[in-house]
Amino acid sequence: MSFVEYSEIIQEGDVVIIFLGHESMMPIKVQSGAQTQTRYGVIRHSSDLIGQRFGSRVTCSKGGWVYVLHPTPELWTVNLPHRTQILYTTDIANITLMLELKPGSVVCESGTGSGSLSHSILRTIAPTGHLHTVEFHAQRAEKAMQEFKEHKVSHLVTVRNQDVCKDGFGITGIADAVFLDIPSPWEAITHAKSAMKRKGGRLCSFSPCIEQVQRTCEALLDRGFEEICTLEVLLRVHDVRSVNLPLPDFGPEEGSPDVSQEEIPNTGNTSVICRTATPPREMAGHTGYLTFATKPRD
Amino acid sequence: MAECANDSDAEIRIGYGDYVVLKRGDVFKSVQIENKKKVIFEKQWFFLDNAVGQLYGAMFEIEAGGSLKLKAAKHSGDSLDSKEAGQDNRHIVDDGRSQKLTRDDIETLKEQGLKGQEIVQQLIDNSTTFKDKTEFAQEKYIKKKKKKYESDITILKPSTRLLAMMYHGREPGKICHLRYDTLAQILTLGNIHACSKIIVFETCAGLVLGSVMERMGGYGSVIQMYPGGGPTRAGMESSGFPSHFHKTLHDFPLCKVNALLAGTLDLSEKDADTEANCSGNRSESSQETSCVSKEKNSEPQSMEVSVDPQEEIKRAERERLREQRAQEKKVKMEEKRKKLASAAALLEGRNADGLVIASRFHPCPVLMGLLKFIAPSRPFVVYCQYREPLIECYTKLREQGGVINLRLTDSWLRHYQVLPNRTHPVLLMSGGGGYLLSGTTVAADAAKAKNQHKSEEPLAKRLKLDEISSSRDSSA
Repeated sequence: MSFVEYSEIIQEGDVVIIFLGHESMMPIKVQSGAQTQTRYGVIRHSSDLIGQRFGSRVTCSKGGWVYVLHPTPELWTVNLPHRTQILYTTDIANITLMLELKPGSVVCESGTGSGSLSHSILRTIAPTGHLHTVEFHAQRAEKAMQEFKEHKVSHLVTVRNQDVCKDGFGITGIADAVFLDIPSPWEAITHAKSAMKRKGGRLCSFSPCIEQVQRTCEALLDRGFEEICTLEVLLRVHDVRSVNLPLPDFGPEEGSPDVSQEEIPNTGNTSVICRTATPPREMAGHTGYLTFATKPRD
Repeated sequence: MAECANDSDAEIRIGYGDYVVLKRGDVFKSVQIENKKKVIFEKQWFFLDNAVGQLYGAMFEIEAGGSLKLKAAKHSGDSLDSKEAGQDNRHIVDDGRSQKLTRDDIETLKEQGLKGQEIVQQLIDNSTTFKDKTEFAQEKYIKKKKKKYESDITILKPSTRLLAMMYHGREPGKICHLRYDTLAQILTLGNIHACSKIIVFETCAGLVLGSVMERMGGYGSVIQMYPGGGPTRAGMESSGFPSHFHKTLHDFPLCKVNALLAGTLDLSEKDADTEANCSGNRSESSQETSCVSKEKNSEPQSMEVSVDPQEEIKRAERERLREQRAQEKKVKMEEKRKKLASAAALLEGRNADGLVIASRFHPCPVLMGLLKFIAPSRPFVVYCQYREPLIECYTKLREQGGVINLRLTDSWLRHYQVLPNRTHPVLLMSGGGGYLLSGTTVAADAAKAKNQHKSEEPLAKRLKLDEISSSRDSSA
């Protein structure tokens, strides 16, 4: 198992995602001899997990069963331990496309936070790219480093514990793309520019408030960035189900003969079942504004 | 900086044969650079020859005769500002006479070969109301005129971002109205990355295929399933991938999927199959070839009657050509057979790492057929312009089992204008970018076959929960 390469069989040390049912999952680290408690009973790693195929069904001690899934950045995003607010898949998908990330890309990111976006970036830029991620919170930086090691992607990433607004990304002239998710991104634009390749590159800044976006856009314009574009993407998840629509009774139709006799069959079919998808009652209405820009050639 | 040294310019210079993206404002067009080829873009025509040897990202202006001229590095400060500005528009009256230049005057200016910026300055100088407009209105006026009269063209290296935005803006019908943020979801939800084996079925002009290949970076393999006579790849070819990317790309006709699944796909006889003749059955096509060979044998005999030497030479020539063509065809057939065999071999393992469907066909049969080639614990994503067919897919998959994490989604995209004191959402937004059904495969279960008719998984869970609670109750 690795977050950047699929494997077929579960091995000792792997991180696997246990699928417990509707939207309910948990990540576990596979260790021989270890046990994990779920609401369907105990999973014994040695016998239930190691040597099994990813995607197989595991029966727990109480007779209930779960599926064991291969980890992906998307599954990790919904299962990771939060140390900060995180970016979710919808924003991540757009960031990845608009930053033009692909295998071989050299990317700068700050802050590392809980590593939700980091895992996605690593998946996309492997096997030849590199991620330089900067986190000013020492404990979070340490934790992220440890996670990257456990997920077998540490060869693709350098974590630096410093303040990106003061000290920059710790590299110059090698990045294809820069991502900023910090409270004052406008203070890091100069560092972002110097981290990027001479031939140019792409930048993205994520901010929840419009005032932050305005200051960032001003700074980008001042530093000669082009194609500045701010957008927002929201995901709607539809619930697929059957709905029952009762038919109204207009009373007996005029002119139809034997009114009294027709009333009886009419009452038999008073509703229609319709298969449909309904929007959620509530949904995330705002995550953040995504501001993109192109650094032109020097 | 030592790092900068390998940031070599050689690889980022425009060359003949390159696929490039032209950009003017927010409008894009993909073209291949060819010698003396006339290109029409945004109502202007020009030749790209002068761009050859220049760096990607360079900006050009169009000169008389359609030649491109490299624009000098950013002119310092757009000196189109007039110091005077009004406070509000209470005295500005629309009498249709504020612009002193007539349409003919402007045409004459253009014919004189005046630069766009100069025309805009003329328009400003001849506008009686310009100095009364507010600062913001002046800026807006200049921006509008610049867009019309300044026609600088930037030449960019193609990327999925640019191509997806270009197709969505110019020809959404060709890509089933797949919006770029939806394409972004497809690539991420499908966990598309290097060193995996991905099956793609699309009728989006090759855009989806190209985007998948970009994310795989030439590592791993892509199997494109295609309907009809052959795969469509224009969108992928516009990406201008290096040749080693193409070695990772395989294709397989959809009409042979059933045969492959049933194990009756006969590769040895494929050279008898005529090109693109998927639907024709095998006995028919083999008959055809036997007819051809018979003809070959019988023809010389009948021709022996004619004695004209010229006729004889012509006949020999014809024969030679025919032979040559037959030989070429045979080689082509052999190549085709090999390609088919290699794609079939990749599929036969039924261990693909992902499935992406984005087509104008009903997604249900495609999904049901192709899902069989995917390994367990792998993501799949189905795009459809409409929601209802995906509801049907959802229902069918639930009945059949073998998948979890099913989600039917769509996304909503809004652009913002961000300017000092004038920040707001852009007035016009896209009404919809299509729908996605995504999920994860799991090991098919034998027990599942028993109660196929019910949406089995949630029910079983409910049972388990009941059991648990009852056992807890009894123990309490």
